[in-house]
Amino acid sequence: MKLIYLDNNATTPVAPAVFDAMKPYFVEKYGNASSMYPLAAESHKAMEAARQQVADLVGAAHADEIIFTGCATESDNTAIFSAVRSFPNKKHIITSAVEHPAIFHPLHYLESQGYKVDYIGVDTQGRFNMDQYKAALRDDTALVTVMWANNETGTIFPVEEIAALAKARGALFHTDGVQVIGKMPLDVKNTQIDMLSLSGHKFNAPKGVGALYVRRGTRFTEFMMGGHQEKARRGGTENIPYIVGLGKAAELARTRANSDALVKMAALRDRLQNGLLTKIPDSKLNGDPQNRVPNTVNISFGYVEGESILMHLNEYGICASSGSACTSGSLEPSHVMRAMGVDFQFAHGSVRFSLSEDTTQAEVDKVIEVLPGIIENLRKISPFSRLKK
Amino acid sequence: MWAYTDKVMEHFRHPRNVGAIENADATGQVGSLVCGDALKLTLKINKETEVIEDAKFETFGCASAIASSSVLTEMIKGKTLTEASKITNQDIADELGSLPAEKMHCSVMGMEALEAAVQSYRQGGKPVVFEQEAEKIICHCFNVSEEAIIKAIRTNHLTTVEEVTFYTKAGGACGKCKGEIQKILDKVNSCAVPTATDNTNKKFTDLTIVEKIKRIEKVLEEDIRPQLNMDGGSVELVDVNGLTVKVRLIGMCSGCLAADATLKGFIERTLKEKIDPDITVEKA
Repeated sequence: MKLIYLDNNATTPVAPAVFDAMKPYFVEKYGNASSMYPLAAESHKAMEAARQQVADLVGAAHADEIIFTGCATESDNTAIFSAVRSFPNKKHIITSAVEHPAIFHPLHYLESQGYKVDYIGVDTQGRFNMDQYKAALRDDTALVTVMWANNETGTIFPVEEIAALAKARGALFHTDGVQVIGKMPLDVKNTQIDMLSLSGHKFNAPKGVGALYVRRGTRFTEFMMGGHQEKARRGGTENIPYIVGLGKAAELARTRANSDALVKMAALRDRLQNGLLTKIPDSKLNGDPQNRVPNTVNISFGYVEGESILMHLNEYGICASSGSACTSGSLEPSHVMRAMGVDFQFAHGSVRFSLSEDTTQAEVDKVIEVLPGIIENLRKISPFSRLKK
Repeated sequence: MWAYTDKVMEHFRHPRNVGAIENADATGQVGSLVCGDALKLTLKINKETEVIEDAKFETFGCASAIASSSVLTEMIKGKTLTEASKITNQDIADELGSLPAEKMHCSVMGMEALEAAVQSYRQGGKPVVFEQEAEKIICHCFNVSEEAIIKAIRTNHLTTVEEVTFYTKAGGACGKCKGEIQKILDKVNSCAVPTATDNTNKKFTDLTIVEKIKRIEKVLEEDIRPQLNMDGGSVELVDVNGLTVKVRLIGMCSGCLAADATLKGFIERTLKEKIDPDITVEKA
C-alpha cells in the first residue's frame, strides 16, 4: 500500500539532496571545526556555508546572527532564558495561549520562580487578540514570545506588528517560526524581530538540528554553557553533518518559499478542505481561512473521536494527526482547540492534514473518497450521534 | 503510535454487538462528550436465570475504548449477572491481550458501565448513568472520586501518580490534584503487606508485636479490604493489644449504617477464622 503522508507539520522526510550533502561529513570529513589543520578547516568552511544558507532562508542581514542548536525546543529555551537573564530586573513575559510546549514549559517554570506571564487569547478562528496584547505590555516586560504560525491550525499571527509594539515598550521579541519555514518568504532584517527559532526536520533536514536567529546587538546569555563554539553562544562540538544538511534544506526551502509550489500546495489544500466540508455533515474548519500557511487544514468532525478516525485512515495508508485527547499522552484535548473555544463535541474530533510540495491531487482525492465513510461508521456506534436529531 | 495488540485492532475494525437493545432490561452509561469517551451498554437478561442473553454497546472514544466495549459484550454474554459482576478492568485488558498503560482507563470504563447496567437491572431496568456527585471528587477536570482512585490503586497495584492518571484519568488535565492523588497513594500503599517472614506456624499469642501487625495486615489486605473497596470504603489498623485489634473504618464505610455489622460480622469473623478464634475487634 502506498503511503499518503499528510503530516508534514509533524515531520518531513530528509530530502535526497540533503542526505547527499551530509554524507561526506560522517566518515571522510570528520574534523572538529575548532581544530587547526586542513581537515578541520573543511568542516569549518562547510558549517559557515550552511550558516549563510540559513541566514538567507530567514532573511537575516548577517550570517553570524544564526546560532545552530539541537532542535527548536533548545532554540526556544535559549531565547526565553537569554531574555530573562539579560534583563534581570524585568519580571514580566507575554506569550499567546496557543504556543508549543517548548514555550509553555519554560514559562511555567519561570512563573514558579516569581515571573508574571500573560497568555494572550485567540478568537474562535484562532486569531491573536491584539487589544488584549496592547493592554498587557508593561515597562518591565522582558520578553514577548509569540509563534509565527500555529502548528495545529496553520493560522499566521501578525508577528511583525506584535514585534514592533514590543520594541516600542523596550521588550525583546522572539518568535517560534517552526511552522512558517519554507511556507512563505521571510525577511527578518526588515522587521523588529529579535530572535526566531526554527527546526530542521520540519523542512527536509534530519531530526536533531535546529537554529536560533539572534539579531546583532540583541543582549544574549547562553543556554548551553561550555566551549567557545558559536562565538560562545552555544557550547558543544558542532554537529557538522547535520548542520550541513540544515544548510542544504534551507536552500531548498528558500527556493520553494519563493516559487509557485506554494500556490499549488494551497490549491490542493483547499480542494481537500472543500471536499471534506461538503461531503461530511457536522464538520467545520478550525483556524483562520484567510491568514494560514498554505499546507495546513484542520477540520473537526462532530460526535466522533480523533484517534479512531486516524486509526481508520491508517487502513488506507493515510497519515494525519489529531488534537484529540487520546492521541497525546496527556488525556487533555488540544490546548489550541480549547483556547479557540471549540465545543467539546468538536474538539475531540479534530483532524489536521498538512501537505508537502510532493502531495498529489490523487492523494487528496483519496482522502475525500474514504473519510466520509469512516466518519459515518464511527457515528453509527457513537451514543451521541443521535443527540443532534 | 500506541502499541495496540492485534486483538485490539481486530475489535476496533470489526466491533461486535454494536447498537442499542430495544426495551432493554438494563442500561448503564459512563463518561461524557466532555471527557472524550463514553460507553452505553444495554442488556437483555433472562428474568428466571439472570443470564445475560444479549448485550450491545455504543461508544464514543478512541480505538481502545471501542475495542474494550466490544470485547466486554462478548465476555458477558451467556454469563449470569453475578458472574459478570466479577469481571474487572484487568480481565478486559487481559482478554484484549493487553492495553497500553495510558489507555487502561478505557477498560475501567467498561467495568463501570457494567456496574451501572447491573445496578439498572436491580432497579427494574431504569437506565443508570454513573455520575459521582455524591462522593468526594478529587479530579474536577474528569470528575474522578476518591473511591474510584482507591479502587483503581488496589485492583491494579498502582504506585505512581502517573499510573493513577493512566487508569482513571485523574490528574490528566490541569494536574492540580496530583498532590492529593499522591496522598491517596501514600495512604493506600502504606497499608501494603511487607514480605512475610516464615512465622506462619507460630501461634498468634506467641508473636512479637511487629509480627502480629504484619499478620493482621496481611488478612486485612488480602481478604477484607478488597470487599470493603467494592463499596468504596476501606479499613486501617490502629492498635493491637493482646488479642484486641482496634481498627478505623474509612471511606464509605465510615458513615455507613452497617458499620457495626461490618466491624463484628465481617472483619472480626474473618480475623478469627484466619488468625485466632479469640481475637476481638473494636472500633478505635
